Amino acid sequence: MADALGWWGVPLGILAGTLRGSAPFLFVSLGECLTEKSGKINLGLEGTLLTGAMTAYAVSSLLQDKVGSALSPWLGVLAAGCAGMLLGLLHAWLSQQPKVNDIAVGIAMIIFGSGIAFFFGKPFIQPKAPQLPTIDLGAWSSSPAVQSALKISPLFLLGVAIAPLMFWFFKSTRWGLFIRAVGDSPDAALAMGVSITKVRMLCIVAGSFLAGIGGACLSLYYPGLWSESVSSGQGLMAVALVIFARWNPIQCLWASLFFGGAQAVGPALQSVGIDQGRYLFNAAPYVLTLLIMIITCSPKKTLSGAPGALGTIN
Amino acid sequence: MALSRSNWRSTAEAICVPIAAILFALILFGIFCSFNGKDPFLVYEAIGKTAFGNWRSFQGTLLRAAPLMLTALCTALPARLGLMIIGNEGALVMGGIGATIFGLLLSYGSVLPTSTTTTLGLPPLMVQLGMALAGIVFGGVWIAIVGALRHYRAVNETISSLLMNYIAIALLNHLVEGPMKDPSSLNKPSSFPIPEIYLLGNLGGTRIHYGLLYGVIACTVAYFLIQHTTFGFAARTAGGNVKAARIAGLPVGKLTIIICFLAGSCAGLAGMVEVAAVQGQANASIVAGYGYSGILVAFVARYNPLAAALVAVLLGGIINSGGALQRSELLRMPDATVLVFQGLVFIVVLYSESLYGRLKIFKEPEVPATPPPTTTTTATV
Repeated sequence: MADALGWWGVPLGILAGTLRGSAPFLFVSLGECLTEKSGKINLGLEGTLLTGAMTAYAVSSLLQDKVGSALSPWLGVLAAGCAGMLLGLLHAWLSQQPKVNDIAVGIAMIIFGSGIAFFFGKPFIQPKAPQLPTIDLGAWSSSPAVQSALKISPLFLLGVAIAPLMFWFFKSTRWGLFIRAVGDSPDAALAMGVSITKVRMLCIVAGSFLAGIGGACLSLYYPGLWSESVSSGQGLMAVALVIFARWNPIQCLWASLFFGGAQAVGPALQSVGIDQGRYLFNAAPYVLTLLIMIITCSPKKTLSGAPGALGTIN
Repeated sequence: MALSRSNWRSTAEAICVPIAAILFALILFGIFCSFNGKDPFLVYEAIGKTAFGNWRSFQGTLLRAAPLMLTALCTALPARLGLMIIGNEGALVMGGIGATIFGLLLSYGSVLPTSTTTTLGLPPLMVQLGMALAGIVFGGVWIAIVGALRHYRAVNETISSLLMNYIAIALLNHLVEGPMKDPSSLNKPSSFPIPEIYLLGNLGGTRIHYGLLYGVIACTVAYFLIQHTTFGFAARTAGGNVKAARIAGLPVGKLTIIICFLAGSCAGLAGMVEVAAVQGQANASIVAGYGYSGILVAFVARYNPLAAALVAVLLGGIINSGGALQRSELLRMPDATVLVFQGLVFIVVLYSESLYGRLKIFKEPEVPATPPPTTTTTATV
């Protein structure tokens, strides 16, 4: 690819990497955004993501003979979401116990979720699973490099659609108001007659459903395989992404594209033969997040947009 | 330490609840195993035998417990100050990098010795001391940065330390594939090996290296520092109520950074042990998950450094048994089994956190004369 395009391969590689790599970021950040709007943090989305990736791959692989390889990846996506929900249910129940710290629960869920994913995923490392279809937006170009760069996953488009929908949901619907009330001021929500426990339960479970689908993006689209190192920490970055996006679902979309792009810089440079410092380039998203947090945080005020009850223990 | 009548019950509670939680996690794990068609009692037996069955296998357990004791302190110490730091893995890696750089510098005068380079001929103790100091400083500074960011910029310490884990691992990979690479390490990029005479030896007649001694000493010192010194009292006060500590004139910022430095230096020392006693050089093998397991140890021990040493032995045993579960003809369980078990223990222990003060048997009988039981505050974020 790089030979035919020369240096043009770099921006094209970054574009392709962004379109491919930002889908999991998008789903986990939207899931985390929904969770945090209700005033709870779910640091355990890495475990959810891995479990989702494993479930999607396993279901797609196991069902291909029964329902055909066109339908089985979609069932895999659904199963990934449901597996995410189960983990979310556990997180929601545990993090709402008195005196239990939700960040600690998140760390436990990272260990438990990745344990479950690796335990049940062992037999699926070898076999192939049918992948999700892609939408070819690059059919107009004669260059195969452009064509392969513009193969977009329908899941990515789904995520792009969910972002404004969630924004509208928070801003203009009754349920959105309930969630914001629970997250900003639980006392006010109680006065409105809203059950804090139920709203948080639903938000965490729905958020984990999204994160599970994010896992399906990894195993059924890009990189399109199941291994124990399939995730490069996208689930861990969810919390940082949401801070970066200031708890706004539309900005989650921009943040995900940005992080997907940052992740693609290293491989794109590698494709034109710049191999030095490849690991440092791969660490770019983490350095970036840290820098953004250092710049935007301040000891004098809380971050604008942060839900008021975030990080408090009931 | 004399136990008054009133905190006898809370001590019993602090001992019984975690033990009950671990037993309950064992039962859940047994159910998990039987759902997967494995006889849980065979699994328990395999874990028990390889972890604590005889002196030989117990040595393997202690070997794994050594880094866990040190990494657990990286979470346990800041927790007393109300900070939740999970940068154990990153600090361990930085300590390993520091120890390797200084180990090579003190042995050869260069991190890239050629075949003609001769050793400087320094006494082994001096080189080992240099490596340990480098590990302590590298790891300590790494977590002190987290503490400073927390204090001066209000950056959430959990998330920043998590991110810094990834940055440290990237730095390690970069160094061993680039500036510090030994060209003869093809399949597994590594730094040049540190000469064998400078590596940490074993405790007399065993295969346990001196790292265990470091771990036990660090846990003991940390316990006395936190529980029995003015400094520790100041830290615990700030952890209980930052505003009150500020009003009392305690230097909260200084406390934060010093505690974070000490925490990181323990994990850094674990990295030095991994390099100087296990691997003999820096490579990706030092990222073995001891950092994340250390968080679990700190939680189960409820941030008590002495308890952490005991829990580290327990968890070391469980990790030690992972290989046996995989190899056993009857069981053939994936190596991730141990991870599932750790997750279950973590979840149950966290749930048990909500039981403190709610169980009738540990409650004080209502006699008006007795003072209220002293309870330690749990960490808040």
